Amino acid sequence: MAMASACGQLCMRCRGSLSSKTAVWRCYSHVRHLIPRTRQLLKSFDGLFITKRLASTQTGLSWKQQMCCYSDLAEKHLTADAKDNKHTKELTKTSITQITNTLMPSTDVLSMTEHPAFLDLDDAAESSALEEICDEEAISISVPSSLPPTSTSLRDYVEKSETLSKLVELGVNLWKLEQRPNVGSMLLRLDFKTDVAPRLMFLKEIGVKDSCFGYIITHNPFVLCENIENLQDRVTYLKSRKFSSETVASMVSRAPYLLNFNVKRLDNRLGFYQQQLQLSASNTRNLVARLPKLLCVSLEPVKENLKVCEIELGFKQNEIQHIVVAVPKVLTANKRKLTQIFDFLHNTMKVPHYLIAKFPQVLNTKYLRVRERHLFLEYLQKAQYDPTLPNYISLDRMVSLPDEAFCTELALSTVEDFYLFQKTL
Amino acid sequence: MAMTAVKDFHKLRRLHGLFCVYKPLGVHWKLVRDTIETNLLKGNVAPPPALPHKVRFLAEPSPTGEAGAAASLSAAPVPALSHHPLVTGPEFQHIRVGVGHRLDAASSGVLVLAVGNGNKALDDLYKTRVTRDYMLECEFGMATKDFSHTGRVVEKSTYGHITLDKLERVLAMLEGANQKATRMFSNVDMSSQEAYELAVQGLLGPDGKSAPILTGLRCVHFQPPSFTLEVQCLNETQKYLRKVVHEIGLELRSTAVCKNVRRTRDGLFTSRQALTRNQWSAADVMQAVQQHRYTKKTEKTVRKRSEESSAATRQSKADVMSSHRGKEHGS
Repeated sequence: MAMASACGQLCMRCRGSLSSKTAVWRCYSHVRHLIPRTRQLLKSFDGLFITKRLASTQTGLSWKQQMCCYSDLAEKHLTADAKDNKHTKELTKTSITQITNTLMPSTDVLSMTEHPAFLDLDDAAESSALEEICDEEAISISVPSSLPPTSTSLRDYVEKSETLSKLVELGVNLWKLEQRPNVGSMLLRLDFKTDVAPRLMFLKEIGVKDSCFGYIITHNPFVLCENIENLQDRVTYLKSRKFSSETVASMVSRAPYLLNFNVKRLDNRLGFYQQQLQLSASNTRNLVARLPKLLCVSLEPVKENLKVCEIELGFKQNEIQHIVVAVPKVLTANKRKLTQIFDFLHNTMKVPHYLIAKFPQVLNTKYLRVRERHLFLEYLQKAQYDPTLPNYISLDRMVSLPDEAFCTELALSTVEDFYLFQKTL
Repeated sequence: MAMTAVKDFHKLRRLHGLFCVYKPLGVHWKLVRDTIETNLLKGNVAPPPALPHKVRFLAEPSPTGEAGAAASLSAAPVPALSHHPLVTGPEFQHIRVGVGHRLDAASSGVLVLAVGNGNKALDDLYKTRVTRDYMLECEFGMATKDFSHTGRVVEKSTYGHITLDKLERVLAMLEGANQKATRMFSNVDMSSQEAYELAVQGLLGPDGKSAPILTGLRCVHFQPPSFTLEVQCLNETQKYLRKVVHEIGLELRSTAVCKNVRRTRDGLFTSRQALTRNQWSAADVMQAVQQHRYTKKTEKTVRKRSEESSAATRQSKADVMSSHRGKEHGS
């Protein structure tokens, strides 16, 4: 045994020092010396085994195999030797590479012997393929899964991964998630019991409805990686700002990224809205509760929109305040669309600022809708938006009513006429 | 699942053909096309089919709880999650929607769209040299850089001297010049019998690409400074039409801009059949496609009948010309 392990070590050394030629030479001589000795030993071992009846014939066989390996190695080395002798005059690098090339197969065999399991001689418990096995064993046989190592879609993994299948049952849109970079592999790495379940339980504790989980995770899968303590901190912060627990729950379910921002950032945002718009605390809370996205989005477009309202559209500070509290979406609206619709309202429809501030919902409607309706009313000579004059049409009703109600109540005509009129624009 | 998928497919398959929408002002045609495509996809979503079940062997602890048979195998049908709609995504993610002769953002009107195999028909339609009708709302008194009323003003002028008579004279002149262009672009030798026969049938015209040609020009409304022109043309762009208005203004010793370009007809499609913005749903589109197919069919049978009748009249060789004229009217 000691002999064999010595042999193995030697071979390992041999493999390690293949780079230097002299070392290779030394190895050759060592192996050559060893072979007769191991043979002798084998004989003595054989005798030993037989007398003590310790080993089966299989161990002997494996011994023989090993010996074959060694002798093989020796032979190969010898041939390499011969080749080397031929090329000694040249002594170029190419000859060395040639030698290493010829050595390659033998080193492969050696790597097998290196393996501890192979050195362990009792490794022969393989049963034949025809042998019957009981159910218990059948279960314990691990079938190599047919999972592809790489894939462009989570589809291949859904059946095998517990996390993914549970997420599908929750209503998460995996099809959308897999299009985002790195999200797919992140989800696969998660463990359902230790990573996903505690966070879902946490969300449930703060009052998020079950039906919202799918939406939240579809939009923000990273909430599953967030530290639970951090999540708890953020929720307690929001509650300390006097948001009721129902509000927090609805905010989290409408703005999935809310809990991924640290407390400092949230505090910053709340302070910004309160100061910039000079709102009271309760109004700020109301604003953020109505559009929780405000705490997540970048502040630059919001600042820009406020400047647009103030300078380009010429609203007064208190008017802006009123508009924003009534329609928070003005803050995140597209700047170009905002100016386009205001331009139409103010310059074409001749609606003064105070009326627009009174019905801020008009800034949130579609430009085409306002345009069509105004032109239709104008065509019918009913476009009269001044509340002090008779036949007044309120802006709010004009934009918010559906087509049928608009035609019958405000325009006093039929929907067909309205649609026909649209084809003349 | 297979059944619904097949049904769905048939629903989409029925959706091959041409229809037209009314493009509103200020919207890019690409946006119109994309809206229609998303609406069609949304309208054709089948109710989520039942998941196919897949038999899997699950390890189950035996109900009796005996130590000897702690685990037994049971074959259980498990829904195959890899076919779940949340995993696979929608079945159809694109529908081929083709756009006919374009309309730029500053103009409105009939825009022909094709779905599915209708794209081929759309190609064929434009190979048959169809004319298009436009209404141009124009105004005298200024000239702008991009010939529309919103552009940068280059020049202002008076327009008091312009009368309807003068305007019509200019229009007639323009029409004449374009008539000549029709003959020029037709690629037929003018002194040949072929040219004569084509001209008699009214089929003389450009093949494929050519410079824009106005085949008809008429003033429908004249009240200086504003006036409205009705134009029939071939191979035009909206910018070219605005330029024509500008040139008419110059010809009248004044200047003119085009306030609005509105297409009222594109080939067979008129604004009467066009779907307005609120009708761009899948159901309405489907109905429009079928309607168009139906009218085309009836038209074909009518044409066949008229051809038969014209063939009958042609037998009397004496009035070949009149029969041709009759056919011209028929088509």
